[in-house]
Amino acid sequence: MEAASGPVVALVGNPNVGKSTLFNALTHLRQHTGNWPGKTVEVARGSFSHRGVTYTLIDLPGAYSLHPGSAEEEVTRDFLLSGEAEVTLVVVDATCLERNLPLVLQVMETAWPVAVCVNLMDEAARKQIHIDLPKLQDLLGCPVAGAAARSGRGLPGLLDCLADTAADPPPPPRRPSLAGLCPCRRAAVLSEEARRIAGAVLTADQAAAHRLDRRLDRVLTSRAGGIPAMLLLLAGILWLTMAGANVPSEWLSRLLFGLREPLRELLRSLSAPWWLEGAVADGIYQTTAWVVAVMLPPMAIFFPLFTLLEDAGYLPRVAFNMDHFFHRAGAHGRQALTMCMGLGCNACGVMGCRIIQSPRERLIAILTNAFMPCNGRFPTLMALIALFFAAGEGLWGSLAGAALLLGCIVLAVVMTLWSSRLLSATVLRGLPSAFSLELPPYRLPRLGQVLVRSLLDRTLFVLGRAVTVAAPAGLLIWVAANVTVGGESLFLRLAGLLEGPGRFLGMDGVILLAFLLGFPANEIVMPCILMGYLSAGSLTGYQDLPQLRAILTANGWSAATALSVLLFTLFHFPCGTTCLTIWRETKSPRWTALAIALPLAAGVILCSLVRLAAAVLPL
Amino acid sequence: MENTLDRLAAGERATVSALLAPEGERLRLLELGFVPGRPVAALQAAPWGDPVAYAVCGSVIALRRSDARRILVQ
Repeated sequence: MEAASGPVVALVGNPNVGKSTLFNALTHLRQHTGNWPGKTVEVARGSFSHRGVTYTLIDLPGAYSLHPGSAEEEVTRDFLLSGEAEVTLVVVDATCLERNLPLVLQVMETAWPVAVCVNLMDEAARKQIHIDLPKLQDLLGCPVAGAAARSGRGLPGLLDCLADTAADPPPPPRRPSLAGLCPCRRAAVLSEEARRIAGAVLTADQAAAHRLDRRLDRVLTSRAGGIPAMLLLLAGILWLTMAGANVPSEWLSRLLFGLREPLRELLRSLSAPWWLEGAVADGIYQTTAWVVAVMLPPMAIFFPLFTLLEDAGYLPRVAFNMDHFFHRAGAHGRQALTMCMGLGCNACGVMGCRIIQSPRERLIAILTNAFMPCNGRFPTLMALIALFFAAGEGLWGSLAGAALLLGCIVLAVVMTLWSSRLLSATVLRGLPSAFSLELPPYRLPRLGQVLVRSLLDRTLFVLGRAVTVAAPAGLLIWVAANVTVGGESLFLRLAGLLEGPGRFLGMDGVILLAFLLGFPANEIVMPCILMGYLSAGSLTGYQDLPQLRAILTANGWSAATALSVLLFTLFHFPCGTTCLTIWRETKSPRWTALAIALPLAAGVILCSLVRLAAAVLPL
Repeated sequence: MENTLDRLAAGERATVSALLAPEGERLRLLELGFVPGRPVAALQAAPWGDPVAYAVCGSVIALRRSDARRILVQ
């Protein structure tokens, strides 16, 4: 794996200082991410060339200090102590220099040579914060370079600085040793030192510099405005996703499903046997086409919008607004952040739970993450809402649809809080740990980069995974639907076995079987249901949503059925990838089993309640 | 006059005078910038009154009231 053998440069910095942006800007795509030996913390390695020398760049996990409080910080400290890095580059945020300097001082005690990159110089200039970089270099006693990694400004100077430091390390500065002090005394001394240095190099009217941030916070986290603003932002994103995805989704499904017949013709002209023709055209192709047509447009809208919020620094405010509820549930406020990640992908959300340091509260966050509907479940929810609950055309239809989808997410949040509370009252009893959360400065998101990053990193990644699951699953389902055992297809036989439990939950055997088949990826649940119904021979094909409704109602779907499927989509077992991630993160089959049982139990209870209500009330 | 940090009203400034938290937690607070002798200002409370955002050490840190109670200010 080590192709580059040049000097090793370690990248260190507090979270939120644009360390990864700098890493990407320096290495472009010459990078790969891997787990640290023996630890599950991801460390990215990359390489870059400057003046004919190839450097290896290691992006160490973000850390507030080298006194380990988390697995991430331990990895960072251990790496620096190993002495493997020729140069350690500490990245700091120009807009909150004082907060970042203690880490610089700590790193200088641990490793040498050290260079400092003062990043986000553009943001600092916008806030009229001026930093005297030569003076900072003097006071710290190590090379300092200013940069704005997002726009690439200052990178040549930074590379020169790194190359000089690697080739000819300056002598370490003489500082009073802190080795004999206790950690607390040390932290106080470092903090005082940071304050002295920041005071000497900064010229800024602190109040004026952060005035806009405070004003935004006064609206976005206020008593009156905080929660409404949060709901409105989420509703806006959901509405844009639903309304915007409609047209391209229809267009894509017409295009892709329209290609099925030519594909069949092609196979026929090659005199392929009937089973090959069916397996390819009706199995593999149709399922994959569905997943692409239905998933791609909403994801391509939702991910960039959500990344914009993330980039602007809004997500920590969500955690701030919601912490009260998590506190009461015995959980940690940062769980709100992991739930936001779960909206994208539950496996990512589970991995993200590492930002919670207390093991008890991290477990609560891991076990309840699957309550948040991930992007793979969004298309199913959106289709069900559009078909059965907000069937109107045009603006009102999409507004009502977005409101209902928002309702689904609010329900998911409520269920998360309830089950968190249940966990901390039973198997995960304990006192809430200390809670602290940094509210970083708001930043103007860079549209272009957000678009590219969210499309490349998230949309294509998730879609790619869905398609790799959809193709073999399509084949499997087709085979199951076409292999007959005792005069009935295997699929219908299995569905028949599940008919009892399915009916108990207000659904049927085909739906339940589809959920089971959707274990590798939730995206394929709807196409599985359709294939199950279509193989029964009542209808021959489908092109668009109205036809979909016809197929479902022909198979006995009522509004109550749709509601049960909706609830079960929200709350059932986590997908295969998520289960694997939970097992990896907890290293315990027992906790993994609980993480499966918890949302499943919630779904079973809610669905049976709906069935009871439907039996009493005429729906 | 000695007070605890959680009693600071929004917009009020003070100076940290002592930390009453247990060892491990005290280190975290010090690393966050709650160092005796250091100025701190309460910015605003979250929608339900807890946690509260504080300006300290050139950035904004939110603490729950139960944790802020362990920081003495004057």
